Amino acid sequence: MTDHSDIDSVSGKSTTGHEWDGIRELNTPLPRWWVISFYLTIVWAIGYWIVYPAWPLIQGNTTGLFGYSSRANVAVEFANLEKIRGDKMAALGAASLADIEKDPALLALARAKGKTVFGDNCAPCHGSGAAGAKGYPNLNDDDWLWGGTLDQIMQTIQYGARSGHAKTHEGQMLAFGKDGVLKPDEIVTVANYVRSLSGLSTGKGYDAVKGEKIFAENCVACHGDGGKGNQELGAPNLTDKIWLYGADEPTLIETISQGRAGVMPAWEGRLDPATIKAMAVYVHSLGGGK
Amino acid sequence: MNKTVNPNELTSDDDYGPLYAARKKVYPQSVSGTFRRIKWGLMAFCLGVYYFLPFVRWNRGLGAPSQAVLIDLPNSRFYFFFIELWPQEVYYFTGLLIVAAVALFLMNSIGGRIWCGYLCPQTVWTDLFYAVERFVEGDRRERMRKDKSSGALTLKRGSEIALKHSIWLLIAWWTGGAWVLYFNDAPTLVKELLTFQAPMIAYIWIGILTATTYVLAGHMREQVCTYMCPWPRIQAALTDEWALNVTYRYDRGEKRTSVKKAAELRAIGEHVGDCVDCYQCVAVCPTGIDIRNGPQLECIQCGLCIDACDNVMTKIGRPTRLIGYDNDINIQRRQNGKAPIYRIVRPRTIIYSAMIAAVGGIMLYTLATRSLLDVNVLHDRNPIAVKLSDGSIRNAYTVRLLNKSGYDRVVAIDADGPANPTVHVVGVDSVTPDRPMIVIPRDSTSELRLLVTAPAESNPEKSIPVHFHVTDIGLGEAASATDNFVSP
Ligand code: SF4
Ligand code: SF4
Repeated sequence: MTDHSDIDSVSGKSTTGHEWDGIRELNTPLPRWWVISFYLTIVWAIGYWIVYPAWPLIQGNTTGLFGYSSRANVAVEFANLEKIRGDKMAALGAASLADIEKDPALLALARAKGKTVFGDNCAPCHGSGAAGAKGYPNLNDDDWLWGGTLDQIMQTIQYGARSGHAKTHEGQMLAFGKDGVLKPDEIVTVANYVRSLSGLSTGKGYDAVKGEKIFAENCVACHGDGGKGNQELGAPNLTDKIWLYGADEPTLIETISQGRAGVMPAWEGRLDPATIKAMAVYVHSLGGGK
Repeated sequence: MNKTVNPNELTSDDDYGPLYAARKKVYPQSVSGTFRRIKWGLMAFCLGVYYFLPFVRWNRGLGAPSQAVLIDLPNSRFYFFFIELWPQEVYYFTGLLIVAAVALFLMNSIGGRIWCGYLCPQTVWTDLFYAVERFVEGDRRERMRKDKSSGALTLKRGSEIALKHSIWLLIAWWTGGAWVLYFNDAPTLVKELLTFQAPMIAYIWIGILTATTYVLAGHMREQVCTYMCPWPRIQAALTDEWALNVTYRYDRGEKRTSVKKAAELRAIGEHVGDCVDCYQCVAVCPTGIDIRNGPQLECIQCGLCIDACDNVMTKIGRPTRLIGYDNDINIQRRQNGKAPIYRIVRPRTIIYSAMIAAVGGIMLYTLATRSLLDVNVLHDRNPIAVKLSDGSIRNAYTVRLLNKSGYDRVVAIDADGPANPTVHVVGVDSVTPDRPMIVIPRDSTSELRLLVTAPAESNPEKSIPVHFHVTDIGLGEAASATDNFVSP
């Protein structure tokens, strides 16, 4: 390519021989250290390929010289994290539930821990914000089937409801229709009576006296006089504005006919005590706790 | 000088030069004069500020750092005299960067690359390192002679080289040391450093900065400006025909002749230039260029060639400033016999100055009026509203309270929006019902879970605004934030 006439007459410098529109490019070489640095980066890159895992193979990849693996590093980091958190979780485990809520630092820790654990374990039923769904209680409100104090919440988390655990909450809504205890028209009547308890409208031709009588004979045992509910049995308060399965007539008829027995699993044994405590504090602090 | 190479004299491909070029070492000569004095002054000022600022104290009260300028990384605070910045106030730094960038543009439109020649850290430290080199090894000629003389290394020469590098390393080390002092209480850190008690990271940073200072100022020098720094490329786009650049006034300088010849020619009334081709301007140039070849990328506009040439002109009894800060227009004008014109106030400089004033003004205003008590509110999204058993509606909020002052505060929180709301903070039992009182420790943030409940009969519409007022019950200082209250 080089031609002996490739000398720029003005500057006296050699040119690269490239020419565009009559403009020739002067040969202005890079400084030596620059070029050497450039080659060194190439050497470095090749070294990097060899030392670290780099190339995908048909099965797996090259493993590098020192067996470095980012996955193993993450595992180590996690182990370290657990170690760092150890003290704090121990403090959480040692404190009483009431003390945790009074100590801003412990409360913040319990809420943070509780929130992540809730997301992993409870959200599938109760929703990520614990807003619940039909049949799954909303934990933000102040209506509690099994009690809303810190201790009661903790107990429910530990043993569950109808979970099969030895200490679990028992008690269920009987299937009055399916079991033939009440006749269909009696079920409609008592369903309307239950609606009237919380101030909801009743259907045409509804007989209040008959409704009250059926309720007194069949329901008071669990739901109590006036339908105020019983947390010992997990029997809901029928006079408030919150309905787990719905307050419309068809839903109530279904509830009375078929019965209800939602299951809350027991978390004892699956989560460590400090974590359960954190979760209880978290649920309590959602705002509905008593 | 432009040399023309006769192509016929070239015999091999080697004559076209290798693919890379070895650096031609520059041996700048010492010089004295106006611009050299300005440079010394600015160097003393810049280095003085850099090396001693960490030791300046500032009383911020008990428990707060008493260092005037401190970057407190562990606590994410930045202290600058009376200013204390929090991480969420980084926009001040954005503002500062904008001001700095525009100030650079302004400097450029007035005096070309004066930043490069006088204030750039690379220039300042290189200049300092050259001063050391001159002090130990002598001026230009001596250094050139010493570098050229081959043969065995004499004891004297060896100790000279050792001394030079030791002083360089000492300066570099001090530079790194001063750097870490900005991140920690300076007197304490100095004590720790001396007793080897300082954190490892401090030693690592000192090591890094010692190495970079030593390499960049001692060995790379003008190459940083020519090859590594992007500014020479950018500034070419920023400068305009009015900008004052170090310029060889060829209208006055050409034709060059020797002193003797010039006198003879002038005697017979012939025109000769003032330049006597003494190469003094080249000898003093720290980037090793000849300014008489016109504006060049390598020129950092340090003005040292002006001093050198002025000295020559004085000696031969000609007017000074054959090289001076000038613009291209004037060379043309003088050649055409017109008076030179200078214009510093012009649209470009006015706009830049206005931008600096505007951004600076906004920053000062926000700084002066910023509150030391702040509140942020975030509405719960899931669920956005909760119906309670008595039919009332409750919304939950995450409230963040910031106390940027140096004392603990007791604040009361009020909420208005829905009629007769009750306000409750989880974990806080208020003495006054519905008006939670919270203690926020000084210089910290508190995050609270706050519940606002509207009674059933108030029956709020789908969404109404709710205002949170946070009042320091001692000082009366207040802050507020607005969010929405939502019904299911
Ligand atoms: S040409 Fe003059 S102003 Fe430019 S770098 Fe050299 S000495 Fe400095
Ligand atoms: S120092 Fe002045 S007189 Fe000497 S060569 Fe440079 S421009 Fe010419």
